[in-house]
Amino acid sequence: MASVATEWAVECRGVTKDFGQGEAKVQALRGVDLEVPDGEMTLLVGPSGCGKTTLISIIAGLLDPTAGEVSVLGAEYRRMSGRAKVAFRAANIGFVFQQYNLLPALSAAENAAVPLLIAGVPRREAVRRAAALLDELGLVGRGGSLPSQLSGGQQQRVAIARALVHEPRLLVCDEPTAALDAHSGRNIMELLRRIAVQPGRAVIVVTHDSRVFDFGDRIVHLSDGRVEDVEVTNHGETDA
Amino acid sequence: MSWIAWKMLTGDRSKYLGIIFGVAFASLLMAHQVSIFCGIMRRTTSQIADIHEANLWVMDPKVQYVEEAAPLHDTDLHRVRGVQGVDWAVRLYKGLVRARMPDGNFRQVVLLGLDDATLVGAPVTLVKGSLADLRRPDAVVLDEAGFQYMWPGEPFTLGKTIEMNDRRAVVVGICKAGAPFQSMPIMYTRYNQAVLFAPRERKLLTFVLARSEPGVPPAEVCTRIEEQTGLKALTKDGFTWETIKYYIRFTGIPFNFGITVTLGFIVGVAIAGQTFYLFTIENLRQFGALKAMGVSNLRIVGMVLLQAALVGIIGYAIGMGLAAAFFEVTKGSVALAGFYLPWQVMVMTAVAVMLIILLASLVSIRRVLVLEPAVVFRG
Ligand SMILES: Nc1ncnc2c1ncn2[C@@H]1O[C@H](COP(=O)(O)OP(=O)(O)OP(=O)(O)O)[C@@H](O)[C@H]1O
Ligand SMILES: [Mg+2]
Repeated sequence: MASVATEWAVECRGVTKDFGQGEAKVQALRGVDLEVPDGEMTLLVGPSGCGKTTLISIIAGLLDPTAGEVSVLGAEYRRMSGRAKVAFRAANIGFVFQQYNLLPALSAAENAAVPLLIAGVPRREAVRRAAALLDELGLVGRGGSLPSQLSGGQQQRVAIARALVHEPRLLVCDEPTAALDAHSGRNIMELLRRIAVQPGRAVIVVTHDSRVFDFGDRIVHLSDGRVEDVEVTNHGETDA
Repeated sequence: MSWIAWKMLTGDRSKYLGIIFGVAFASLLMAHQVSIFCGIMRRTTSQIADIHEANLWVMDPKVQYVEEAAPLHDTDLHRVRGVQGVDWAVRLYKGLVRARMPDGNFRQVVLLGLDDATLVGAPVTLVKGSLADLRRPDAVVLDEAGFQYMWPGEPFTLGKTIEMNDRRAVVVGICKAGAPFQSMPIMYTRYNQAVLFAPRERKLLTFVLARSEPGVPPAEVCTRIEEQTGLKALTKDGFTWETIKYYIRFTGIPFNFGITVTLGFIVGVAIAGQTFYLFTIENLRQFGALKAMGVSNLRIVGMVLLQAALVGIIGYAIGMGLAAAFFEVTKGSVALAGFYLPWQVMVMTAVAVMLIILLASLVSIRRVLVLEPAVVFRG
């Protein structure tokens, strides 16, 4: 089918995902076809339980689909060994989680440096680069703070720094604003637009927060495990 | 990653200290109890250890351990001397004797009667007096702890007298001797003198001490002695172990220590293991995030093992330090003199700690291995 090389950063064809078996079987995804271009921010929206997290987990290579094909940055997960997938994630994907998931014992800069440490960059160098990125994200002078000493919005900015520090070609964010108040949420989205969205990088943001819809270049509406509608806002053009 | 593992561990101070406390406590308890057990077992054989010149002990076949006296015939000495491969053989009397103090009190003492001509088995170090004086009539040499026990608080003085079997004995020397099992005074005298101090019995030759000829394996000489005389002959090591085995089989000592050591181990597993498991569980989300960000299972396991090894090593070091300090502080007391922390016990404790840590981390490792990285996206 889709063996032709495409310009899409992410391409899903007929992706399904079942959880459980028999009576308890839940069809979280029922055949998702989706293209995500790079250089843009794609929002994945839809009601609770429609399969947003499941889809983004599959796109990020954290979950195997029950059926269908997923190609990310020109590579197909199906053809990768478990090890290769882990290495692929480390090199190419940045993660932002709803719960931040920062290591409480590491300072902000150290947390942001983790992907570089995973890649084997020496600690000093890694922390230095992470601290510079934190400055860029508006956390000047907070690199030495522990996560517990930062507000939710600040912690999420550290998480964004961590997701971007190794310059991944795909950034996946699951509900990055859900734990924040409206103001901090907008700040985070603005930051993602300004820093994360770049040529050569695709950004996927899962959200059910309609207040931030206007930040996306395209909005993919999921409903009951299927793509219902794709809305192109041309945000990129108007923004530029 | 090792650095992250280290930071994660020490970042949770209360758990970190809790795990270390558990490991330290367990290793202290185990090392301390096993050391004391070894010390007691060593004491049961101190009189074998103290006789350096002989490497063969010949005794009645019924004798099971060094405290048991089933005397031999005087002629047995000559039969042993006649066995090929025996360089020399001498008599040894060993028995418990009631000593009457000048004030009328009685004390039980271990009396050792040494061969008159050679004094084989005589103490090596005298802190007062001289061994030559043992040749004087009624002379005895007493060990330091024995002197303190019989004349508490008095400085070491020669010329003290006691009575054994209605005969006067004069202390002509004070020596160092390995502490015996029952903390009784040890009194050295000549064999011919000992038979006068000892209660009247038909036979008094407790042991024949012998040495094998150079170049002949002692075990082989033992076999020959047994074949030719019908007596029981053991090498010094053999007799030591036979004595220890006797105490292990026929006393409750090893059992009681075994219980304490087992408790130490269980407490170690319970405190250290549980806290470590809790620590892992609390960090499961962090491990999940690391997995999502591309840390392989192998490295995650490495992190958990490293954390376990760190608390294991630190806890073990503290435990050993405390155990060593205990024996350092108590080495002056009579009750615990000569007790120390043998390196074998340290190795054994290290193995036990490794086991505790392994058990503790095994459950934790299972949890992080089955952990789906996708959990990090779940609220
Ligand atoms: N590990 C799992 N085991 C069983 N069922 C699951 C699992 N993960 C998700 N599901 C089910 O799959 C469906 C889709 O879940 P998913 O988390 O992808 O929804 P979502 O769109 O992210 O919802 P929300 O907006 O609440 O986060 C739901 O019905 C959910 O109960
Ligand atoms: Mg979700």
